[in-house]
Amino acid sequence: MNPEEIRQVVLEILERIAPDEDLSELDDSVPFRDQMELDSMDFLDIVMELRKQYRVQIPEEEYGHLVTMDSAVDYLTPRLKDASSPA
Amino acid sequence: MPKDFLKNARDSYDVVVIGSGLAGMTSANILARAGYSVLLLEHHYQLGGMATWFKRQNGHIFDISLHGFPAGMIKSCRKYWTREIADSIVPLRGVRFENPQFSLETTFTREDFTRILIEEFGIAPETVQRFFDTARSMNFFDDQQKTTRELFEEFFPGRDDVVRLLMEPITYANGSTLEDPALTYGIVFSNFMQKGVYTFQGGTDLLVRQMREELERNGVDLRIRCLVEQIEISPDRRVTGVVVNGRRIGCRAVMSNANLKSTIFRMAGEEHFDAKFLEEARAIRLNNSSCQVYLAMKPGMGFDFCGDLLFHSEHRGFDIDAMLSRNISSRTFSFYYPETRPGSDRWLVVSSTNASYDDWASLSEEEYKRSKEELCRSTISCLEQYIPNLRDMLDHVEASTPRTFEHYTRHWQGASFGTKFEGLAVSKALPEQVSGLFHAGSVGIIMSGWLGAVNYGVIVANDVDKLLSPAAAGV
Repeated sequence: MNPEEIRQVVLEILERIAPDEDLSELDDSVPFRDQMELDSMDFLDIVMELRKQYRVQIPEEEYGHLVTMDSAVDYLTPRLKDASSPA
Repeated sequence: MPKDFLKNARDSYDVVVIGSGLAGMTSANILARAGYSVLLLEHHYQLGGMATWFKRQNGHIFDISLHGFPAGMIKSCRKYWTREIADSIVPLRGVRFENPQFSLETTFTREDFTRILIEEFGIAPETVQRFFDTARSMNFFDDQQKTTRELFEEFFPGRDDVVRLLMEPITYANGSTLEDPALTYGIVFSNFMQKGVYTFQGGTDLLVRQMREELERNGVDLRIRCLVEQIEISPDRRVTGVVVNGRRIGCRAVMSNANLKSTIFRMAGEEHFDAKFLEEARAIRLNNSSCQVYLAMKPGMGFDFCGDLLFHSEHRGFDIDAMLSRNISSRTFSFYYPETRPGSDRWLVVSSTNASYDDWASLSEEEYKRSKEELCRSTISCLEQYIPNLRDMLDHVEASTPRTFEHYTRHWQGASFGTKFEGLAVSKALPEQVSGLFHAGSVGIIMSGWLGAVNYGVIVANDVDKLLSPAAAGV
């Protein structure tokens, strides 16, 4: 997947985790937690979803990379480059 | 021939979950949804662990621990269970305190506690704000030396009335004391006393039935009356199976929702762990147990609203020894009105008190029976202050003690709130000792209560999934 496809995957996971949030105005450079109500359990859900869908293993000490959309996409791009887009 | 509760069970599963408390059921659900084969084993004849209920003559249904849990339960049930379950979670209307120092009612929200602390207790608004912010910013890797007592002393020196207001509900919910680390208080307080307190409309029986149906939809093999005797571990310290009701069943991982100490010392066995780990495991302190008194009114007879939860005490100041003593001076009443189970015509009250196992374990059968009767009698006298015509309406009264909790949950010493803080580190370190052996349940205070148990079940299910999922393909 390319970075744009990865962004879409993360966005879809967020939509499932927080169905009441409007994500159309999401600022990719600002931490998710400053823009929506996300707690540590929600980040765990993102990790579990990524593992389930793409078998990507994210160690606990690297959860920090998921803090903004930009940093999440940067972190996931090399790890998901050979995965195929769900679309 | 006795019934085979494992009839048609397979010879092996990916995961065996021991115990069907909220942590065990949630783990089982997450792992089954992730595609693993899961066997859930419960020794009792019904699921739920401490999230349980029982039925008595005239169709009375008593809930053990339904009132109440934090708002976060709605989100967790929606994510890890079903929309249907989340949609039945409703706020309680009012929480009351009655003691020699104050008498008040609160909605259990940050706004309301702020108002009460400023208006009724005369605390400076900045102090209240700072206290809430401090509690909210606490993390579980923070300084563990500071005690809850010291935290209160810092913000509200000499104010045992404020301590009582802020502490009594937490002690009721998880058995913690002023000597527990301040950070455990901060984390639980921020979850619990910010956005109100909630309950499940329809009762614990409906909740557990809906959970069971969801587990079955996801393919979990559920078995009641199945007592795990042994967790089978190979010489190279890997989980290979369990022995349950005398039968061996193979598995790649065990998720134990049994008491942490029972998991290590009774089911796994000391020989599979490092000496240092065993030392830490032995040193884990259990939280206290409880006594409860269950009172049902005659069908159709009831009382006016007098709060959903009522923290009653005749003792001055917050004193954990007084709370644990058999010479009871503090009781928490949970009032269950007909709307708990829409369509019902029943009013019920459950009185809870914290209790020490040792006070009850050593009694002779005769003394035990008498002590239970005395507990019922003193509870009724106390409750009459709030429900004057109580005696005319009573249809059924009975008591449970730490011995009852031990019998039904098999927890060491009937612990009704899991372990103290140090239990969390041991629980988390278990898979480093034995590959494939996991534990989730009430540990470390912050992982206790209904929400703590559900969320810890998810956290550990994630660790199990990490172990079992095949290596990343093509990376």
